[in-house]
Amino acid sequence: MKTVTTSTLDVEALRRDFPILRSVLHGDRPLVYLDNAATTQRPRQVIDAISDVYEHKYANVHRGIHWLSDQSTDLYEIAREKVRHFIGAAQREEIIFTHGTTESINLVARSLGDAGIRAGDEILLTEMEHHSNIVPWQQLAARSGAIIRWLPITYDGLLRLDQLPTLLCERTRIVSVTAVSNVLGTINPLGEIIAAARSVGANVLIDAAQSVPHQPLDVQSLGADFVAFSGHKMLGPTGVGVLYGRRELLETMPPFLGGGSMIRRVTKDGFEPADLPAKFEAGTPPIVPAIGLGAAIDYLDKIGLSAIHQHEQQLAEYAHQLLAEMPGLRFLGPPPKQKAGIVSFVIDGIHAHDVAQLLDRSGIAVRAGHHCTMPLHKRLGINASTRASFYFYNTLAEVDALAQGLRAAREVFRRNKSDRAAT
Amino acid sequence: MLRPASLSRPSDGFRLLYMGRDEEEIYQEHVLDHYEDPYHRGHLAQPTHAHEDDNPLCGDVVRIELDVTPEGMIREAWFDGDGCCISQAAASMLVEKIEGKPVDEVRQFSAQQMLDLFGAKLTPNRQKCCLLSWRVLQSAVFSPVGSESSQSLPGGTP
Repeated sequence: MKTVTTSTLDVEALRRDFPILRSVLHGDRPLVYLDNAATTQRPRQVIDAISDVYEHKYANVHRGIHWLSDQSTDLYEIAREKVRHFIGAAQREEIIFTHGTTESINLVARSLGDAGIRAGDEILLTEMEHHSNIVPWQQLAARSGAIIRWLPITYDGLLRLDQLPTLLCERTRIVSVTAVSNVLGTINPLGEIIAAARSVGANVLIDAAQSVPHQPLDVQSLGADFVAFSGHKMLGPTGVGVLYGRRELLETMPPFLGGGSMIRRVTKDGFEPADLPAKFEAGTPPIVPAIGLGAAIDYLDKIGLSAIHQHEQQLAEYAHQLLAEMPGLRFLGPPPKQKAGIVSFVIDGIHAHDVAQLLDRSGIAVRAGHHCTMPLHKRLGINASTRASFYFYNTLAEVDALAQGLRAAREVFRRNKSDRAAT
Repeated sequence: MLRPASLSRPSDGFRLLYMGRDEEEIYQEHVLDHYEDPYHRGHLAQPTHAHEDDNPLCGDVVRIELDVTPEGMIREAWFDGDGCCISQAAASMLVEKIEGKPVDEVRQFSAQQMLDLFGAKLTPNRQKCCLLSWRVLQSAVFSPVGSESSQSLPGGTP
């Protein structure tokens, strides 16, 4: 019984671009890939762009006085320009290539921390953060004596914005919050949070790992100081991420990692850092992954993020409709209208790992566990959950397969019970 | 357009798929029996030895309580815990196996013997679930009650 309107995307045509989506598992099970919040798959266009560099245009960047290095440097800087345009940043100096969201957040925590976080300063996080947006701040707190405060969530996975005024004060130096929860799917009201943080003079970092790949984001209208995201969650290779930072801030911040590329000059007495963005790109950068990310952005631009977001919300809504009929299943997070294409749940009497293992028999890939959000799971009073997360290449039929797989998983336990009762 | 024919399959195909794999089948009767109707799940009134631990990666928790005679014989073994089918079924199998055995013999009981006891073939990831109770037992036999430092079960029973 479908009451979900289908989107305008030609999903079948898009799927043909993804070689891996044609996989058949366990003999006869077509792959149903619903683990996109962990990592997405790559289209032929991205794979080809990567091969093309390695086959024809690869050398180190910003170094060699030779033709290949020029080719490689051009492509690397074009990729930076594509990222800049994709998130609406004003200048190329504001786009730092890192190795992923985790490194991007660590960069800010370390650099901003070194620049002057003191004992008694406060850092505000939320209960729904990924470990990568918790641990770097805990490390900073341990180094500096700063205090971490937690913005609580409601039971259905929304931020308690009413608590902001009591949690923010003149000692709050950093507010670091996810744009979209990787478990609950909640789309957070960033505008209100940023405005509140601004009013006490705090800097704001947005963990956009689950947001930038799925819905339009414009860093200038958003007004955050930092935005972090990863390439591999948006069709790109692993090993490349982005840190957007406001130029005035990045200019004043000390370098993070030290090494080649990030210096203007080194003497026995010390070093002078390079200009942005090189100042924060020590060592040989992830050259080919960054170029691959550029190709991924081209691909996403062609589809359009609004259409992608709309399609994923339809999938989430359909999943809610189907799964709500399952006895003993409880969703984590808000209703589909308030969230992205992430549907997490627990089922009475079946541990998340068993759910995932049984779904795998049907060729369905989901995530099970705490999804790197142990404080959130503790808050929800559970140890583990199962998560289905969508991308634009997923179909309503795949949501049907998920529901069918879950019914079958229940059968494994139920059948056994009735068998034993009968014997 | 959204529904490729290859993905619509009859639901009764699942029965064969799930229950027809013999030694590769994790969720075989003997495992499910232990999971759904465990042996000695609960607590001893006065354990002589006890230990509890978890697999932080998945949150599975197992506690094992032993009643060891002065002669070093395991008179009774009980477990409690919270977690996946494999971790809990394995714990049930283990406490059933070690009752009546000398502690010295239990100390020699290897990880491989634990995996063999479980029976069903496990991937390295799920082996950790199976070996949790084995790991807890190996600590329990060295943990006389009174010296125990482990905490009570978080979140209570399932």
